[in-house]
Amino acid sequence: MQAFPPQRTTSTITSLELRGITKRFPGVIANDKVNLSVHGGEIHALLGENGAGKSTLMKILYGLYQPDAGEVRINEQPVTISSPQDAIARGIGMIHQHFMLVPSLTVAENIALGLRSSRGLRLDLDRVSAEVQRLAELYGLRVDPKAYIWQLSVGEQQRVEILKALYRGAELLVLDEPTAVITPQEVDDLFAMLRQMRAEGRALIFISHKLREVIALSDRVSVLRDGRLVGTFATAGKSRSDLARLMVGREVIAARADTKHPSEGAGSIALELQDISAQSDRNTPALHGVTLQVRAGEILGLAGVSGNGQRELAEVIAGLRPTSAGTIKLAGKDLTGNPAERANAGISYIPEERMRDGTVLEFSVAENLILRNHTEAPFARGPLLNRSAVDRACRDLIQRFQIKTPGPHTPLKSLSGGNIQKVIMARELSREPAVLVAAQPTRGVDIGATAAIHQLLIELRRRGGAILLISEDLDEILALADRIAVIHAGNIAAILPHTEATPERLGLLMAGVASEVT
Amino acid sequence: MEQLFTLTTLTGILHSTIRLATPYLFASLGETISQRSGVLNLGVEGQMLMGAFAAFFVVVTTGSLLGGVVAAIFVGALLGLLMALVSVSFRAEQGISGIGMYLLGLGLSSLLFRLTLGSVQSVRGFAELALPGLSSIPVLGPALFKHSLLVYVAFALVPMVAYLLNRTTWGLNIRAVGDNPQAADTLGVPVIAIRYATVTVGGAMAAMGGASLSISAVNIFQENMTGGIGFIAVALVYFGGWRPVGVMLGILLFSLVSALQIWLQLVGIGIPSDLAVMLPYILTIIALALAPRRTGQPAALTRPFNRGMA
Repeated sequence: MQAFPPQRTTSTITSLELRGITKRFPGVIANDKVNLSVHGGEIHALLGENGAGKSTLMKILYGLYQPDAGEVRINEQPVTISSPQDAIARGIGMIHQHFMLVPSLTVAENIALGLRSSRGLRLDLDRVSAEVQRLAELYGLRVDPKAYIWQLSVGEQQRVEILKALYRGAELLVLDEPTAVITPQEVDDLFAMLRQMRAEGRALIFISHKLREVIALSDRVSVLRDGRLVGTFATAGKSRSDLARLMVGREVIAARADTKHPSEGAGSIALELQDISAQSDRNTPALHGVTLQVRAGEILGLAGVSGNGQRELAEVIAGLRPTSAGTIKLAGKDLTGNPAERANAGISYIPEERMRDGTVLEFSVAENLILRNHTEAPFARGPLLNRSAVDRACRDLIQRFQIKTPGPHTPLKSLSGGNIQKVIMARELSREPAVLVAAQPTRGVDIGATAAIHQLLIELRRRGGAILLISEDLDEILALADRIAVIHAGNIAAILPHTEATPERLGLLMAGVASEVT
Repeated sequence: MEQLFTLTTLTGILHSTIRLATPYLFASLGETISQRSGVLNLGVEGQMLMGAFAAFFVVVTTGSLLGGVVAAIFVGALLGLLMALVSVSFRAEQGISGIGMYLLGLGLSSLLFRLTLGSVQSVRGFAELALPGLSSIPVLGPALFKHSLLVYVAFALVPMVAYLLNRTTWGLNIRAVGDNPQAADTLGVPVIAIRYATVTVGGAMAAMGGASLSISAVNIFQENMTGGIGFIAVALVYFGGWRPVGVMLGILLFSLVSALQIWLQLVGIGIPSDLAVMLPYILTIIALALAPRRTGQPAALTRPFNRGMA
């Protein structure tokens, strides 16, 4: 813990060096002799797929993990970082991917947490608030110190995270996938602020797998693959495909580029929502009269900043959340009052929380594959499971969907995120659904599996399936969707054909700045 | 004459309400601190029994009331540490470890009582302390300001615990650790140490609750003399919405019904006594069922902390 006042009390970090960092977990080497060197006054991108070891490396730097081998040097001096407290004292700040905020506390309380108070045991939140205001103005981070975290949007919460680190005098700031949850405009603001911090001589480590952002922002880029450092390169002169190849280790087929298909007058209306309203888990209104249609043979993209009603909408369609108003029709048939019927009538759902809602991690791959229809023939014989029929069907699915698993009886939890997602896709798509609701289908999934999942969605469209693709990744929506609906605060702000959708226009709609109901 | 009778009765009922509330206040406020840091201590009942016995034993053998209080606090803190070891360090299922603590306290206090004292006897506990001036206010004075020292201490703890939780850096740490320990950890807040501290303090306060029975309210010790007070105390933390003042209000309501029930039996209104005794408990169940849903519940309650694991 460090004493007040907070502004730039830690000495400047001119260089940070990680030498030969190795970290083993049971069965995996997360980091294998990784070297990394970062200077003050640079933005250093750390690029790698999920599971490449980026987060582990940064958790070691922040004292959350201890390395099995290797050393950390700051300004040429070897240092031991055995806890986050050590890291903070040395001027290291971290913006975690999943924000480390306490929702029931105010902004000022979150920032003061863990620090000494100028009034001894008594909290001095007024002083903290004043200092927060000063920092906020300096960096253009508008936020009310007295607001509770749970009242803030995701973008505002990110600002609180950054303020928290600045308040502690962070000279080296690690940002773990900071753009994943914010609008394009907020990304611009964030980048401007990071450049300002670079100009002040701070060191910034920017973790991302979005190549465009890495190229736009960083001075140098270090690429990790399978726990090893592939190399560190000057960003200037590297193209997106160069970086993708370094990251994946082979030529990446740009699955997205050739997927655009001319909206060839899609088929009949498969799914129709009329004035749907619904409540959130906290019993506050989450959807306000949502109206949209998805036609057979089209992908309707639903863009929006997380928490604007996407999850509630998906669950309403899948029959997991009751509606308070409106009607849901499937191929013209009113199924509003009949949630359980919807699944049988041909709606499939790939939930956002695939580990929690989509699977039973302790079950085997095979058991997960038959979760939906294990009570039907041929998998069931009366009350008993027909093991051989299950095995046969599952081996077939594993092959068709290229699920990388040692076998059908492997516990699902030992598979990678991408392969778990393929298991869900296999289960849902093998039913040949008329309507598929896919919520964040590629979040946290590596490039290879992402391409495969996109291919599966495109094939389903070709076969006449109606797809509602909910994603916070605008690139994904722009690449796949025929039409794009933007959701903001539980309303559909607009529905645009993909030809008229640009990131800028969508960003404004997502932020609720403009509304153009078609 | 009629008027005077009802006022005296009212004073009597209020007086017993305050007296009955005392052990709950100690136990529930301690439990509030513990739960706000994310640890459910279901072993309050056992810790109360051990506190009641320790205090009683020391007073019987030495005659020192201060010694009795110190003994209760010491034993309660020790049991709190044990609870923390099991729930925080070993990350045991907190509902189960609490039942273990209850059975340990119940069995051990009965065993030690039989081995040492053996027979029912009474001690000279804390005497009634009428606050000069205040206690001569008509009706309310004798009801509120003629109590033993521990009663005043118990009520004084309400604003103290509220201040601790809401206005101090310790309190901020406790609340943060109970809501999002991972976030607190990344800011260098010692999650484990804070949980140890709150559970230990909670244990000491529960034991004081027990002592307030054995060396203040009734001045005797009996096996299983708490008869469920510790469990009700845990329920009242939920009822009070994890806020000291709310918890106190819940306790006063519960104690008022208990006092009324005793009075009903004394005047012999034609209700079977078994039914009357059940009244406060039925009220607890109804109140808990009607209480607003879990608002204010620490998000990490009963969730053990493990650095690096989400």
